[in-house]
Amino acid sequence: MDLTVVLLVEMLYAVASLILISAGLAVVFGMMKVINLAHGEFMMMGGYATITAVNWGVNIFVAILIIAPLVVGLIGLVVERVVIRHLYGRLVDTMLATWGLSLFFIGLATMIFGNTTTGISTPIPGFTVGTYQISGYNFFIIVVAVFLLIGMFAVLKGTRAGLIARGAMQKSDMAAALGYSPDRIYMATFFCGCALSGLAGAVLAPLVGLVPTSGGAYIAKAFITVIAGGPSLIAGLFSSAGLFGIVNQVFTFAISPVIGEVALLVAAVVLLRLLPQGITGKIFKGKL
Amino acid sequence: MSLNRRNFLTSTAALAGALTLPRVAMAADTIKLGSILDVSGIFDAYGKPMNMGMRLAVGEINAAGGLLGKQVEIVAYDTQSDMALYSQYGQQLTRRDKVDVVHGGILSASREAIRQTMRKTKTPYFYNVLYEGGVCDRNIFINGVTPAQQVEALVPYAMGKSGKKVYILAADYNYGQITARWIQKFVADNGGETVGVDFFPLDVSDFGSTIAKIQSVGPDLVIAPLVGGAHLSFFRQWAAAGMNTRIPLASTTLGVGNEHKVLTPEEGNGIMVAYNYSQELDTPANNAFKERWAAAYGDTNLIHEIAVSNYQGIMTWAEAVRQAGSIEREALIAALESGLSIDGPAGKVTVDPKTHHAVLDVHIMEMENQGMKVIETLPQRQPIDTQAVCDLAANPSDNTQYEIEI
Repeated sequence: MDLTVVLLVEMLYAVASLILISAGLAVVFGMMKVINLAHGEFMMMGGYATITAVNWGVNIFVAILIIAPLVVGLIGLVVERVVIRHLYGRLVDTMLATWGLSLFFIGLATMIFGNTTTGISTPIPGFTVGTYQISGYNFFIIVVAVFLLIGMFAVLKGTRAGLIARGAMQKSDMAAALGYSPDRIYMATFFCGCALSGLAGAVLAPLVGLVPTSGGAYIAKAFITVIAGGPSLIAGLFSSAGLFGIVNQVFTFAISPVIGEVALLVAAVVLLRLLPQGITGKIFKGKL
Repeated sequence: MSLNRRNFLTSTAALAGALTLPRVAMAADTIKLGSILDVSGIFDAYGKPMNMGMRLAVGEINAAGGLLGKQVEIVAYDTQSDMALYSQYGQQLTRRDKVDVVHGGILSASREAIRQTMRKTKTPYFYNVLYEGGVCDRNIFINGVTPAQQVEALVPYAMGKSGKKVYILAADYNYGQITARWIQKFVADNGGETVGVDFFPLDVSDFGSTIAKIQSVGPDLVIAPLVGGAHLSFFRQWAAAGMNTRIPLASTTLGVGNEHKVLTPEEGNGIMVAYNYSQELDTPANNAFKERWAAAYGDTNLIHEIAVSNYQGIMTWAEAVRQAGSIEREALIAALESGLSIDGPAGKVTVDPKTHHAVLDVHIMEMENQGMKVIETLPQRQPIDTQAVCDLAANPSDNTQYEIEI
């Protein structure tokens, strides 16, 4: 019984961390069609922003939830103005440019922070379920992921800004004809996407040893989750993260971590063979 | 460190300057020491201090008048954590620079990339790193601890402090696989039982379900030969789950690159390790070494296991040159095979003639407040794993890395 609870928490945690890892990319790649190969590096910078802020004496939750997303969002803003805005609609070119950016950011982070592993410890103590110990920080990640999904849904569905953003992504010339500047809208959306990446990096920072190349560990999973999710932003993110998170954890626990990773990839390949448009290309079609 | 324009410009200029730095003009009357290390890139936490240790050793040798009346000149290449550059620079060192000896290589992959080049060109090669054991080659000398030296000491101590049931978490490449086998052997030899073994690819950084699985098995002790930054997450998540107070933990790798200084005291305290060197080793030799290091580099923060191994490797080579009275390869090997030993910062290091590995002191340590507190010193441990398969006296033309079957 205790073990079931622990496993359930671990599964929820795996799903939540996939949602976090992929949310920023879902906005930048899923909505804006920019193949952002620097996504992992935005996460890495979120991690460094958190660690630096904490070392300067900022409260860790403020650092994670406010400072890191803002810092990375602002970096994203600069990147958008300088590089990305020239490349909208040129899918392959964005890939090349953001790959260059990812190398640049790795180099920059190495120059500033050095190449040694850094980290901070988790702010929430572990606790006991029956005879088992689990990490209290897992719950924090799950809560952040839930609020993130609700928040994204509320903004995109409930606010005028969300409506305008969705409209501009679908048909930017129409949005322009109605008097909205697509340029501004794209800029703001990219800012939000990068801030989400920064948030993800920040939330995961206390759990990992951070090096400038840490981003590489997330990029593949993020792309797989977003692509398998399909065209709907939130439903896609939730369904594919849910599927892969559970598959990964079940196999990791039952067999071994290597098989867990393999199972995730196999599930992705099979899924894309059956549903080439992603999960929400067929199921939950037309949902947000 | 904050980054402003001036800082940025000076550091990039310094970087560019370093790259274009002309090699010191070669005088004919120097002895050339080739060094090949990852001084930049993802392994630089290992390579930079090794490079510092190398330069400190050569500086001391030269200050004392050099070897055979000649100064030692360093020809160093930075392989940038790129395995492909090892073969390229290995060729350059031996064929273009024609160095007299090569010290270097960090990962086992990098050692294997250059070992055959050194052998073919008859350039004596010193690999000064803790590794998985089993290399049998007359041209190479290795002074890092091998799993048998380390694990043989660590397992009985750790089991004595915990219990009989052991769970192993290892990195999924040759080092982790071979070390895990050694751990199983010594657990069995000490009357224990291995209740689980899990291997992790080097980029796995999520250990949540593994931690749950370990608890469902309920071992008395966890031994973790995990490698690299991603795997450091395990120690974090272990502590975050509150497991660090429930099941004792031992590792064969944590701290080699000073990782214990990244973990907070709460996360690291009590983890058991066994190495040749610890900064907390309170001996006159080590205190003097740390003073010399601090005089050269400002502080002693970066000193770690393999930086000291590299220093000791160079001192061993220098001593052999002195005893042989020559830098010629056969004379050098004969001197090294005479059972030569030096007294390094980590204690006495003796070359084992049969295997070209080292007999050295192993210290059992526990992490305490980001340091490694020495609990017990086991003097002069033999490299028994490699000795079991390798005898260069009987079979001098051997050129194999044996994988040890247990």
